[in-house]
Amino acid sequence: MKKCPFLAIHMANKKAVIDMNKCTLCGACVEACKFTAIEIKKDAGEKRDLGAYKDVWVFCEQKRSVIQTISFELLGEGKKLAKKLGVKLCAVMLGSEIESKIEELSARGADKIYIVDHPALKSYQDDPYTEVLVKLVEEYKPEVILCGATTIGRSLVSRVAVTIDAGLTADCTGLDIDENERLLLQTRPAFGGNIMATIITPNHRPQMATVRHKVMKEAEIHKSHKAEVIRKTYPDGVFKSRTTLLDIVEEIEETVNLAEADIIVSGGRGLGNPENFAIIKELAKTLGGAVGSSRAAVDAGWMPYSHQVGQTGKTVCPKLYIACGISGQIQHLIGMQSSKVILAINKDPDAPIFKVATYGIVGDIFEIIPALTKEFQKILKK
Amino acid sequence: MDYLFNEQQVMVRDLARKIAQEKIKPVAAHYDETEEFAWPIMKILSDSDLFGVYIPEAYGGLGGGITEMCLVTEELSKACGGIALGFAGTGLGTFPILLYGSEEQKKKFLPDIAKGKRLAAFCITEAEAGSDAGGIKTTARKDGDHYILNGTKQWITNAGEAEVYTVIAMTDKNKGARGASAFIVEKGTKGLEFGLKEKKMGIRASATREVIFTDCKIPKENLISKEGMGFIVAMKTFDNSRPGVAAQAVGIAQGSLDVAIEYARKRIQFGQPISSFQAIQHMLADMGTQVEAARALVYATARMVDAGVKDVARDSAMCKLFAGDMAMKVTTDAVQVLGGYGYMRDYPAEKYMRDAKITQIYEGTNQIQRNVIAAHLIKDSLRASK
Amino acid sequence: MHIIVCIKQVPNTTDVKIDPVTNTLIREGVESVINPFDAYAIEEAVRLKERFAGKVTVVTMGPPQAEKALREAISLGCEEAVLVSDRKFAGSDTWATSYTLSCAIKKIGAFDVILCGKQASDGDTAQVGPGISTHLDIPQVTYIKKIEDIKDNKARVERMMEEGYDVVETPLPCLFTVVKEINTPRLPSLKGMMRAKSAKIIQWSAADINAEPKNIGLDGSPTRVVKIFTPPARRGGEMLKGDTSDLAKEVVELLKDIVI
Repeated sequence: MKKCPFLAIHMANKKAVIDMNKCTLCGACVEACKFTAIEIKKDAGEKRDLGAYKDVWVFCEQKRSVIQTISFELLGEGKKLAKKLGVKLCAVMLGSEIESKIEELSARGADKIYIVDHPALKSYQDDPYTEVLVKLVEEYKPEVILCGATTIGRSLVSRVAVTIDAGLTADCTGLDIDENERLLLQTRPAFGGNIMATIITPNHRPQMATVRHKVMKEAEIHKSHKAEVIRKTYPDGVFKSRTTLLDIVEEIEETVNLAEADIIVSGGRGLGNPENFAIIKELAKTLGGAVGSSRAAVDAGWMPYSHQVGQTGKTVCPKLYIACGISGQIQHLIGMQSSKVILAINKDPDAPIFKVATYGIVGDIFEIIPALTKEFQKILKK
Repeated sequence: MDYLFNEQQVMVRDLARKIAQEKIKPVAAHYDETEEFAWPIMKILSDSDLFGVYIPEAYGGLGGGITEMCLVTEELSKACGGIALGFAGTGLGTFPILLYGSEEQKKKFLPDIAKGKRLAAFCITEAEAGSDAGGIKTTARKDGDHYILNGTKQWITNAGEAEVYTVIAMTDKNKGARGASAFIVEKGTKGLEFGLKEKKMGIRASATREVIFTDCKIPKENLISKEGMGFIVAMKTFDNSRPGVAAQAVGIAQGSLDVAIEYARKRIQFGQPISSFQAIQHMLADMGTQVEAARALVYATARMVDAGVKDVARDSAMCKLFAGDMAMKVTTDAVQVLGGYGYMRDYPAEKYMRDAKITQIYEGTNQIQRNVIAAHLIKDSLRASK
Repeated sequence: MHIIVCIKQVPNTTDVKIDPVTNTLIREGVESVINPFDAYAIEEAVRLKERFAGKVTVVTMGPPQAEKALREAISLGCEEAVLVSDRKFAGSDTWATSYTLSCAIKKIGAFDVILCGKQASDGDTAQVGPGISTHLDIPQVTYIKKIEDIKDNKARVERMMEEGYDVVETPLPCLFTVVKEINTPRLPSLKGMMRAKSAKIIQWSAADINAEPKNIGLDGSPTRVVKIFTPPARRGGEMLKGDTSDLAKEVVELLKDIVI
């Protein structure tokens, strides 16, 4: 009863009753029931010939001919999965004039590289990218496809998955292989990160998953590694697009992009007024990090919304998150609790932020932050 | 306490509460500090149709009454009594038209007020005429098809921001109480000017200014009802608006009580939350009971007004008297519960206390209210003994 | 212009708390709300209607209580509401959900634009929107932060990218998923709330929308959840003590590997 995330089970006359209007057949109760009293029946359906599908594919995203780092993280993880399955790791790249990228992909461990090079693929468009990827999948039948959970990635693989009738799990934070069943175990957060779910695609191939940025480790570079290269071409009709890309506008933030940052210094209500954010910006600048803000400071107009970290702002997972004058309400924690190291400074010893901080200091931020800045400046002066 | 509001009233209350908590609460301290008029909030209230809750459907309103008006005022005041006056002060300025206006006047002015496109203000008080409203000196002289107004009104809520002003002025000095009349003056009329914004102890987000008439010429169609009706219009207006002031006081007090309870739960002294100490518990109990008693008076009175009960003067005075005095006590106690933090401007308690004071003063001081109540009690006793 | 908005009713995650003793979700009293991202989609749909004249139909797949979300959408400015509800939909993953919604949309009829929120706050997959456009075989642009113009049966929009945005042109009919940056959702108006109370909600079952049984519910879902667990709670770490200059030196020592 307690296991059900949807409050669908209640006791009546000593029997558990499941409200089918609330039940989503998620299966959490099946496992939890000590009496194995709950069973989910499913029509066996046609057993598909899954044996024909082999290899782990990684869709490597490139923008303006620069391979996005998420691709290296996926190749790193993909290698482990491919090893467990005993198959090859293949990189898939679409673009225009991307021959030069083959070496980089080889160095990162790809056994095979599928390249489709065509002017129409220069920048991402849903139609041609979907069409090409679908054709590749239908011809070469991968059993697993990994893709970055980026704007492009999520848009692309959602369409591909529906087109080829494949299962797709988004934003995975963990991937593993069930070697007996040759199944990809896809673990991801739900309910804003409050619970984790493990998902499988038992009867459909390929098994597709997108992975969040900075979750997996990048593949190591081995310059000597050589990959088999398959260059595919298709008739022009395949590359047509209903949508047209008119312009690409870059908005350079004068500070580091929050979602990408390895180091974030964040300020909250404890700063008292907008002028005091200067000490936060100073420390961030010294460390080469980005400036974050709690919702309280954004609502008060001290920082723009683009800097807001939390449930209704950005989710970040930097290597270092320094929280200054932030109490640590759950809505903020949801946005930053997966940071590797958290340093919290607050004058209130009961602030909830201390429960998740790796290091905590109860003190006056107006004394401590400038002191930190000075010390860091000393050691960072090369 | 469940006042058994109908569905429409519950809807109005819940929407006002949502706006107050989500939109007003986060910016209340800011507007208190800067004393700017909260036009963005007025726009939100306008878009949500709340300005028209007490205006008949025929003029674009919701068709509700004083109960709905009090519900909105109370909820908004929980977040900020000053910002709430943008709404409540407009109500006060609108009642003369609503209660005594001609069909043409209602058609001309009510729709925009109901939509929140134009705010209103009521002008009676002068430098020499506060409690002694009969002592007003602003004059309105008939001149062909116009009236010419001369004089200065003081401490007018929404002055300068409102576009519709209902004004009480003397049309005949010699007729005493029957010598005053009520008029509608629109912003932009030549001869209508506003003084500097007053610097107040509380409700600082509310705009309070002098309204200055210098040979201000208005069309004779802007006379409300008949010449000589001025004080009757004013009295009836106050009878209707008084529950609103009381509702504002209840809202302010409730807001401060909520702050006090939350603080008491979290503040640990001597190893326990102070909410576990009987001294604090008793304070909170008294505060809670007082707020609820005031609230009950407000909605009982509002219900009577809406039902058309003729003589509500005594009850209206009682609810305003009780709520105002209660709010001052409760907000002061709230500061006390917060202790040192209650005294600091960074914490919300002291603002509620500063805001509450005015409810004992305006729309008839609590001393005048006592006069009114006593007069009614004695009159009723006299009548009963005959 | 006919605009269709797809919404989902989800548990209010801001209410969801973790019980510190049992390390599980406290789920009592968690109310259901419109998925926060869908609020932006509804607002954009109503704005399009106000800008270009037309009507908005809001549709959701869910249990009977999802009707509350539809009424809320009506109070915000939607004209028609459709509830697609059937026990047979239980267990749907995003493939089956997008199929079901596309069947409902086919039954609703001609449209110019479909709007969806970027993702739902419970599943967080962001897959249903693109799934719908694929099932209906219409173009899509995801992560829209601004609809610049709609003219001559074409729309020009800004798609938010990691380092800025793309300007994309697409023919109609098409589907957009929207991000928070696109607008600020309005609050309901009293008139809207009254209209919502008396509105008739159209309700369709799987049969009504001609959905093929093998494509809906558990049978239509390629993915399956096998385990649900709460993530290990982050344990609080070390509290550092000392005077300011000592603290500063200690912190630098602890963090220098990350920073340099």
